[in-house]
Amino acid sequence: MSFLDISDVRKNYGQQTVVQKFDLDVERGEFVSFLGPSGCGKTTTLRMVAGFEIPSAGAIRIDGKDITGLRPNQRNVGMVFQSYALFPNMTVADNVAFGLKIAKKPAAEIKARVEEMLKIIKLPHLGERFPYQLSGGQQQRVALARALAIKPQVLLLDEPLSALDAKIRVSLREEIRSLQRSLGITTIYVTHDQEEALSMSDRIVVMNEGRVEQIGTPFEIYNNPKTRFVASFVGTLNILKGNVADPAAGKVLIDGQEVFAAKRIGHLQAGEACAVALRPEAATLHQTALQEAAKVASAFAKESGPRNRMVGTIEEVNFLGSVVRIRVRFQDNAISLDTFNNPNATPPARGSQVTVSFGREDLLVLEGAEG
Amino acid sequence: MKQQKIGSWIAIIVGTLYFIVPLIGTFEFSLRMRRGEYSFDAYRVVFADPKFQETFSYSTLMALLTIVVGVLIVVPTSYWIQLRLPKLRPVVEFITLMPLVIPAIVIVFGYLRLYNTSSIVPLTASARSTDLLLVFSYVALALPYMYRAVDTGMRAIDVRVLTEAAENLGAKWPTILFKVILPNVRVAILSGAFLTFATVIGEFTMASLLNRPAFGPYLQLIGANRAYEPSALAVIAFLVTWACMGLINVVGRGKQIKAAP
Repeated sequence: MSFLDISDVRKNYGQQTVVQKFDLDVERGEFVSFLGPSGCGKTTTLRMVAGFEIPSAGAIRIDGKDITGLRPNQRNVGMVFQSYALFPNMTVADNVAFGLKIAKKPAAEIKARVEEMLKIIKLPHLGERFPYQLSGGQQQRVALARALAIKPQVLLLDEPLSALDAKIRVSLREEIRSLQRSLGITTIYVTHDQEEALSMSDRIVVMNEGRVEQIGTPFEIYNNPKTRFVASFVGTLNILKGNVADPAAGKVLIDGQEVFAAKRIGHLQAGEACAVALRPEAATLHQTALQEAAKVASAFAKESGPRNRMVGTIEEVNFLGSVVRIRVRFQDNAISLDTFNNPNATPPARGSQVTVSFGREDLLVLEGAEG
Repeated sequence: MKQQKIGSWIAIIVGTLYFIVPLIGTFEFSLRMRRGEYSFDAYRVVFADPKFQETFSYSTLMALLTIVVGVLIVVPTSYWIQLRLPKLRPVVEFITLMPLVIPAIVIVFGYLRLYNTSSIVPLTASARSTDLLLVFSYVALALPYMYRAVDTGMRAIDVRVLTEAAENLGAKWPTILFKVILPNVRVAILSGAFLTFATVIGEFTMASLLNRPAFGPYLQLIGANRAYEPSALAVIAFLVTWACMGLINVVGRGKQIKAAP
């Protein structure tokens, strides 16, 4: 039985449904991220777990106990807010101690717990400071300590890093993850930053327009997106439009060139329009003239088994430092791919003919033409 | 650039003179009670007058009661509007502005019709109940200042998130209001309180028509019958108001540093 069970939850505001049919089982100690664009319902779902919103339908259980109707102060759920929400009139120590004082813990226990928490967040010397005397990163750590001090059953984090600068964000997300692992606390993390979700989570729930698009490990979400939305939202993705040529063989025609998917295309008929997706890192660029493409293809076949190849023209070359991003146009479709910067070789010129190759297993045929 | 600066200075000087010269004139006149020399005789007479002490104490008490009642009404209202009923904000703002639009004399005649001795709630039947009516009327009169001060304070802090954070940590409503929200809007409440005090201390219309021994009617009485004492009283009233404004600044500055996010 799962530790946190969100079962068939729905949330309406008047006629508008903002979360629909949300089902999720979270294991004890698991780190699950809700990932999606603004307005997709991820924060509303988190707030329903916290008790700030009451579901219009469905149930939420923690450790088997139905908490759907409980007030936020009866749930024993810790929450970290995007804007820190530290109490400005209290010192750091008083902020961390707040929940413990409410729970009427003995003074000695409160003092010990506050010291422990400040040590955990690596701010043991800042207990007497006020929130305005701390940096954003320090404030968010205090908010984390305050949420954890009450030993909640579930920790909820609502975009806790979005107000911080990029460097602090990276270091703090590592700290949050390692703290979560060491405490073994069940955690729900809301973010619209795919990198955060991919790097921190045991599992990711990708949401769009109030619906769950896909639930899976970061590896599954990135490599096997189930819908076009997931494919395009998580990571950079090239979407190519074509027509199914032979569903059984997984053959698709894109701008008159044949490519093959590793699996048969079961859900589409021959001649039907379809969309295929390709990650930029899956494609390799060969600065080969058109007439030599056939030689390259046979070389591929010998060296690395059957690979797809498409011939196109370099449309754009963007030098980004360690990486060079190149856009290759076929006819109606174009793909972007990244190559590492090689100081000994100049990047290909715009307008030159090239061959792009990619493995059959890298080609994802999305569900329907619109995915 | 230089011309702009000169223009600004001229505007400041003209403005200052506009306000300061009458005050200096009033102050100078208040010192002329003794023939041929300056003295504080007018002030001595005023301070020695038992009516001055009586009316000033009465108005001070009324002001303090007005502040207490005003805070009890305005703080929860503003908090609730901020937290749960933001759509009602324009309505409440309109209501709180009404005392500025409706003349005090109209309001007090309304009170006299509603609460006279033959009404269901005969608040004018005794002196104490009339005092109560006066406090309520002062609360209404000071509502635009108190509400705006408190509302500004509430907007400066994220009331909703602070409430949710406290609730999430197990706090109930009284704890949230008294330990989290009130300490963070204390400066705003004090500002509203000082503005209320300054408004109530010299109020004439309501106190006079309700026939209460307040400082405003006393000022009017002295003004009608004496020469130098009214000037002394006007200076005293200005000083009281300035002291209130000064306190707003001092208290506000001190706490702002602490409460800055």
